[in-house]
Formats: sequence, structure tokens, C-alpha cells
Amino acid sequence: MTSSSSSKKQAQDQPETSEPTLKSLKTKMTKSDEKKKLKDIEISVPIVYGNVAFWLGKKASEYQSHKWAVYVRGATNEDISVVVKKVVFQLHSSFNNPTRVIEEPPFEVSESGWGEFEIAMTLHFHSDVCDKPLSLYHHLKLYPEDESGPLTMKKPVVVESYDEIVFPDPSESFLARVQNHLALTFPRLPSGYNLPAPMQVDDTGKKKRGDTKDHSLGQWFTSFSEADELLQLAAARQQVQAHIAKLRRQISVLEGQNQTIKTGSDL
Amino acid sequence: MGGTDAKDILGLPKTPLSLTQEKKSRPQKESHRKPDGISREVYALTGGVAPLMPSIDVTQLKRRPPADEKVSWQWLPFTSSARKDDLQLYHWVRVVNNVPPTGDYNFAKYNKSVDILNYTDEEYENHLTDPVWTKEETDQFFEFCHNFDLRFVVIADRFPVSRTVEELKDRYYSVNRALLRARAQSPADVANHPLIKEPYDITRDRERKRALSMVLSQSRHQEKKDAEILAEAKRITEMRLAARRAEEPVVSANENAGLDKADGVVPGSSVSPSSNSQLPATAVAPSTLTMADYASTLASLRMLHVYLRTYGLEQMVQAASSAVGLRTIKRVEQTLQDLGVNLKPKVPTKTVCDEHLELRKEILTLLNLQKQLQYKESEGSSHREGSFAAMPDTPKDRVFASDPFSFGAERPIKKEQKRKGPGRQADTPSPAHKRPRKMKASDL
Repeated sequence: MTSSSSSKKQAQDQPETSEPTLKSLKTKMTKSDEKKKLKDIEISVPIVYGNVAFWLGKKASEYQSHKWAVYVRGATNEDISVVVKKVVFQLHSSFNNPTRVIEEPPFEVSESGWGEFEIAMTLHFHSDVCDKPLSLYHHLKLYPEDESGPLTMKKPVVVESYDEIVFPDPSESFLARVQNHLALTFPRLPSGYNLPAPMQVDDTGKKKRGDTKDHSLGQWFTSFSEADELLQLAAARQQVQAHIAKLRRQISVLEGQNQTIKTGSDL
Repeated sequence: MGGTDAKDILGLPKTPLSLTQEKKSRPQKESHRKPDGISREVYALTGGVAPLMPSIDVTQLKRRPPADEKVSWQWLPFTSSARKDDLQLYHWVRVVNNVPPTGDYNFAKYNKSVDILNYTDEEYENHLTDPVWTKEETDQFFEFCHNFDLRFVVIADRFPVSRTVEELKDRYYSVNRALLRARAQSPADVANHPLIKEPYDITRDRERKRALSMVLSQSRHQEKKDAEILAEAKRITEMRLAARRAEEPVVSANENAGLDKADGVVPGSSVSPSSNSQLPATAVAPSTLTMADYASTLASLRMLHVYLRTYGLEQMVQAASSAVGLRTIKRVEQTLQDLGVNLKPKVPTKTVCDEHLELRKEILTLLNLQKQLQYKESEGSSHREGSFAAMPDTPKDRVFASDPFSFGAERPIKKEQKRKGPGRQADTPSPAHKRPRKMKASDL
């Protein structure tokens, strides 16, 4: 698929080279185009964040009982660095250099330790995407829910959360840059609306791939599907609606009754 | 009249004024019983309480003049220092022992006037010339000021050349300021004079008066609209301020929990620049009951430029629940659980979140209808029985009422159900025992 490969090239741009991309975009587009934002159009990036933790078993010591990795990835394992410039992981202060800045995908931190604590992940976006960073919070889980069961080195403890980053007011330059990228859901543009063609970046250096499709921990990733939840919600709504209709009927019946009683007693 | 009497009967303390209680003996006496010297009714005219500053010396009132004095009243001439001429007028004077009273006319002390600075011609030439004001005008103006005691409104009215009040004030104060500066030994001396420190600003004064008249003449409708807009703006700034505050210490894991709670309600008086850090939960002060809530929540979300969909859903849910009480919110959550729906969606895509929100709204409608139905039923039965014993007395924590009156209304419903047949699982939690655990996903 040519479109995805070309967008992949774009996506794999390092922050340094994305700057010239932006600059040349600027010279092409007029000032007003840059600033223009569309109404009621949003771009959303589905992400999954969480941790995978392995018990070290016989190699475990008191202070290093588990090996874990905390990360943010695209929900479909696509490369989110098209949108995310860097992620700052804030670990517990007892760690060496607790502030870890990851500027390249995959956005993850691997460590070994013994304790569970809350990790803050601050996503910084490219300048044409958004100025303000966004924070996610994840409680690092090392021990399985079932406390009584034996610890095993084979299966890790995995806790992942699904969420979506919503950009309610994407700029035109952002839209132009990310159209056709698989990491995000692109909105339907109003008819007749034309985005400038995405810039073709010459890809001199071979960049590492930013997607997590072949990630070493990939086998443990959860696959989130909205289908089940949608089904549940639809069923629930149906029930509630039926009940509402029934109540409405009851009420109108009663109103009729009350009316007759009233007029009856007035006589 | 019977202020103290009434208080007596009620057993209330008779001296509400703490000020009178600060003084020692006299006020005590005066507050608990009427003072001698004036009749009770007259005393009660003052409210039954001693005035803060007794204008009459009460003890003097019933005192008789000492017997050795011989008092007569005489028609005598007098002069007043308040007058500049030598006019002699006559009045009755209380003469004691043939000695007429001395001293100035009693009311002369009220002849106060404002001190106006007077300038010499030379001073005028040097400091006070003004493009708009001629010397004659300024002289006349100052004479007016003296005559009318600086009442600018009157002066404006009478001034031959039409000037606005603000212009007159401006001229007066600038003349005074210039004179002060000119006459002062050094600038430092006058620096603290109020005229120098805070000079009269004519444009500000005009603006102020205009704004005041605008506010005064606002229709009620306009007032309401303004209040609404201000409340809206306040809400938005509160949100922004709270989000911004939490953005700073986002690095420390420990601070987060405390910060969330503290920043829940922080009044923002100024509009902070758009700030977007996400919190798991920020409290937003809910305002009105309408669709405007949703619209404004959407608007504030858009202002953030980036947010997590779970956060957005939370905000919308809060907007939906802003008009209802905590009990209802709990009932909604209970219903969701009964239906097998996660309170917070596990896979919050756009569709899922929209559906979730719609479901919540529908549940709210459902609960409202149930309440309505209860009410109608009780109305109906009270009419039937002609008594008010039929007040709905249902325990509020149950989704459905189990009072006997519902049975009466249920007969028609039973028939309906039978007509529908067994396929309709939703209705099977039968009317005989409408229990909270009514709907399960497994029922489908």
C-alpha cells in the first residue's frame, strides 16, 4: 500500500527533520491557511497504555523481584509518533533518574524493581498538533490479582487501559500531514473541502520503525474491541426504551382515570 | 410601643446594641428601665433603647429650675456673627436674674463655608492659563464655587457658559493642583497631598458615570442575560484554572491525589491562557438545568485543544447529572450495573462513549417517568378515597415502589403483558413485585 508506506515515511521523521517539513509547508501555504481550524472536526488517536511485568523467579532479589515495562502504544499497534513527539515517564523517586524522556517510538520504559506505584506519562505533541502536553496515569502492577496463586516466570502480569486522545480543533497543517495515517481516525471532511497534498519527505536516513506490531512483548498485548461493549450498550438502551414506553402508557392511562374521577367529584 | 414589654414577655435580652453595653453604668440603667425625666411613651418613641449619643441630657428634663433664680422672658435685639452687615433682629430671650445671656447668636456656628483657594492675577498668568478657559470665566467660576460651596451641580446649572459637571471639576482640581505646586516650597512637600497623589481624571469620571447610568437603566431581561454570561465565563475560567494548576506538579505521583481535590473548586477571577493538562477528575461547578450544559461542556472541552476521551465522557456525564441530586445519580449507576453495563466503558471509542451517554440520559428519563407515575397513582387514589392517606411514602432507595396503590393501577398492565407474550423478557419482572434487580443482560 503506497499510501501507508509514504505516510510511514512521514511518521518516522525525527523531530528535527519534521521542522523543515513544517517550514516548507509554511512557505507553500498562506498565513491564513496555517491558522485556520475547522469546526466540528476532530482527530482521535486510539492508544493503549499500561505495563507488562515478569517475575524473575530464582533470579529475583529483594530489591529486584520483577522486570517490568511501562509504555504507551497505538491501540492497533500503529506508529503514534506521527502525533506524539516525546513521552516523559515519571517514575518513583527511588529510581535512578526518575524522569525518563523517550523521544522515539516505541514509547516505553523498562526497569526492574519490587514495588508498585503510580507512573505519570506526559505526552508531548508535535508543534503543529498541539502546544499543551497531555498526562496519563497508570498504576504499575507487578503481582497478579489472585494473591494466593503461585508466581510464575512464564506468564507476565499485564494491565492495559484503552483510551483515545481527542484533538477537537485540528489545524489544517496537522490534517494535511496525517491524512491516511493508520494510527488515528481521520474525520470526514465537509464536501468540497480540499486539503493540500501531504509533503513528500525525502527519507535519506533509514529510520527505525515506530509501530509496535512486532514488539517483543506483542504477544501479551490486549486486543481491545468496541464490539462487545457496543452490543451491551445497544441491548441496555433497548430495554430502557421499552420500559420508558411502557411507563408513558401507564401515565396516560392514569391521567385519563384521574380526569374522569375529578369531573365526577365535581358534580 | 411596648418594645421592652414584648421583649420582657418573650424573655429576650433587651439590649441588642453591644455598644451600649460597653459603657458602664448609665447605659445599663437606661436599657433596663425607662429613664426618669421623660414619660414611658416618649421614651419608647426612640425605640425603647437609649440612643447611642443621647442628644438630650435626660437627667435635666424634669429638673425644675432652682428656686433662687428669677426667670423672665424679654424681647431683645441681637446680632449674628454669621452676617456681614449690622442688621439687628429681635427675638425672645430667657433672662435670668435680669442678666441677659451673652455670646454669639446660637445658630451662627452653622454658618460654615468651603475654603477656596484664591489666586492672584500674576499666579494666573504663570500657572493657570488654559486653552479652553478664559480668565474671566475662571474668575467667575471660582466666585461661584465660593458662593455655592463647591456644589458643582448647582454651579453647572447656573454657569452662563454651558459646561458639564466633569469639565468644571476638572478645571477646579487642576487649578488647585497647579496652585499647590506653585506655592509649595519643594515638590516633596505637596507630594502627599491627595490632589497631587491621585489627580482627577476627567475621562475616567465620564466613563464611570456612563457605566453607572447604563447599569441603572438595564432592563431586567438584560440583567438576567448578563448574569448568565458571567456565570458561564466563571465556570470556564474555573475549569481552566484548575487544569492549569494541576499541570505544574504533574511529575510527582504523590501530589496528584491531593491536588485533584484541592483544585476542585477554585474561583478564577481572570481568564488564564488555554491550558490542557488532563486530570482524571476535575470538579466543575454546575449551573443551569438545560441543554446549555452540554453545549458549554463541549465548548470547554474544545478549549482544551487536547483531552482524553474518558475525561470528555466524565465531563459530559457530570453535565448530565448536574441538575439532579446524589440519590438519583446513585440510582442511575445502580441501573447501569443491573443492565450489565460498565460504569466507565472499557473500550471508550467515540461511538461507545456516545452510546453510553445516551443510555445514561435515557435512564434519567426513565427515573423521572417512574416518579411521575408514582405521583399520578397517589393522586388518583387520593381522589378515589377522598383522603390524603395516599401520600407516596416509598423508600427512596428502591427503584420501584412497593406500596399497595400500584397494584390497583397494575391490572390493566398485566393484561397488556399477557397480550405481548413470553418473548418480551423486558417486562417479565412482573408487576407483582417490581424489584430493583429487574433487568439483566442475561434476560435477553
